[in-house]
Amino acid sequence: MTATETQQAVEKIPTGISSFDIIAKGGLPRNRTTLISGTAGSGKTIFAVQFLAAGIAAGVPGVFVTFEESAEDIRKNMLSFGWDLTKWEKEGKLAFVDASPDPSVETVEAGAFDLGALLARVQNAVRKVKAERVAVDSLGAVFSQFSDQSIVRSELFRIASALKSMGVTAVLTAERVDDYGHIARFGVEEFIADNVMILRNVLEDENRRRTIEILKFRGCDHQKGEYPFTIVPDSGVIVIPLSAMQLSMKSSNVRISSGNSSLDEMCGGGLFRDSVTLVSGATGTGKTLTVAQFLHGGARDGERCLLLAFEESRDQLFRNATGWGFDFEQMENDGLLRVVCDYPDVSGLEDWLVTIQATINDFKPQRVALDSLSALEHVGSSKAFREFVIGLTSFIKHQEITGLFTSTTGSLMGGDSITESHISTLTDSIILLRYVEMFGEMKRGLTVLKMRGSWHDKAIREFTIGKGGMNMGRPFGNVTGILSGTPVHVSPSDLERAWSRLEGDIADRRRPIEPPQSD
Amino acid sequence: MTGESARSGTAIANLRRICEQDLAGAYDLEIIDVLEFPELAEDAKILATPTLIKSLPPPLRRVIGDLSDKEKVLLGLQVQPKPGATGTDEVKK
Repeated sequence: MTATETQQAVEKIPTGISSFDIIAKGGLPRNRTTLISGTAGSGKTIFAVQFLAAGIAAGVPGVFVTFEESAEDIRKNMLSFGWDLTKWEKEGKLAFVDASPDPSVETVEAGAFDLGALLARVQNAVRKVKAERVAVDSLGAVFSQFSDQSIVRSELFRIASALKSMGVTAVLTAERVDDYGHIARFGVEEFIADNVMILRNVLEDENRRRTIEILKFRGCDHQKGEYPFTIVPDSGVIVIPLSAMQLSMKSSNVRISSGNSSLDEMCGGGLFRDSVTLVSGATGTGKTLTVAQFLHGGARDGERCLLLAFEESRDQLFRNATGWGFDFEQMENDGLLRVVCDYPDVSGLEDWLVTIQATINDFKPQRVALDSLSALEHVGSSKAFREFVIGLTSFIKHQEITGLFTSTTGSLMGGDSITESHISTLTDSIILLRYVEMFGEMKRGLTVLKMRGSWHDKAIREFTIGKGGMNMGRPFGNVTGILSGTPVHVSPSDLERAWSRLEGDIADRRRPIEPPQSD
Repeated sequence: MTGESARSGTAIANLRRICEQDLAGAYDLEIIDVLEFPELAEDAKILATPTLIKSLPPPLRRVIGDLSDKEKVLLGLQVQPKPGATGTDEVKK
């Protein structure tokens, strides 16, 4: 080995915490201490225990040093995440160093002291189970156990450097007062700051939003900025990596049927296999019908379809589908359809994303329809909503699933919704459904506004709804202003004049541009 | 105690002096090196060294530090600085 080879870059160990390794670009730096700072209830202890639990699952023993909650409390609390600490202790995979304060014993300080006993206990525990991971929770609680803070400070520094020399990878938690303020109380980051991570739990529009940020990893790279995460029973911390997921998406040229042959034609032969389509329209324009067609078309081709319905009940959906001639019940019995029906407000957007991902992983559908995104819009802040849509679109594209989302426009005629302005750039295709008022009658119009990577019909076509779904008709040839919500009927002679003017314009533009005269 | 550190030595010397002067030799002292017996420190949940534990007579009391502050030591142990005191004080360290 040459001299340059011995000077290796900082190695990282995969923590095993869902998606955290993506934003940490590989995991936590090996043989270093990482400070996890956060306000009360931000999930520090859970993260710390999960770090050990994931290690133990991978055959790496760990030591948990607790200064705050008693070991007994932690054993009990962590059972809800499916982590049986007692079992691991019996199997020799985990050791506790219980340094939580004991209120029954009164302690008096009489002269100078050090934390040598604590260090000896930690070293003993690490030796005993051959630990490679150590979690310390939390540093601030040590300060409250002793009155002489300068001693505690220097002793914690000694313990942190001892952890390094023991060859373990450690996480140390610390409290902070504000979600946006000093890194941690007691200035612990000043002496244990190889790596600093921050967990936040911010109240936004009456909703709690959890984020994780890697502030620094000394000597190695990581993703920057705050990433939303959620804490779920049975799995613990789940990070939702937004930017990291989008980078590695594939692109497919395979076309699939939207379930309606005329619509397929308008889209240039069908929807792309791993594309996400947004169907936007006012209430009653036929969004749910488009969804039902999409699902029926999938089942017809033997594909598994997942429907996430947030607007209508299961019974309503099935009844409406029967009216259009689609037998959802049969599709379900054939194992080709799964319907998830719930109120959007039952959980936060991060939790919805995790639930939906779990359902997709379980059912492995080829098609996913969501009706409607607008119903989810108010569950969280606009930022959280955008992250949800990014997370969901990138996830389903990643799995090569075809997605169809609907969004409801606020006004009956024309207009766009907040949902659209948020997510139109994230979707590959946009289909607009609009009401068109014609001579005292409401007609329905459909247009393919955007179809990434493909030719598509530019016309706004009239359609009727009947047995079998949509019946596509002729384009609205002599109506203008449908999209803006103010349809105007144009007489054939006006139309001809407009065309000739347009042609004149084009001829003008084709004339070569005169080079500017130089002085 | 932790090994043969200077602070450990100071604490032992201070304690012996207090015991001889104020408890008139009516004590039983056990010195434990946590580097050698970390399990004992674990069981007793000790963090700081040196730590003085008074187990008898009840109540259980702890004093940490090098015991240089005699008033605080006696206060912490809740024993009367009375010459010729009766009873057995077993002190573990």
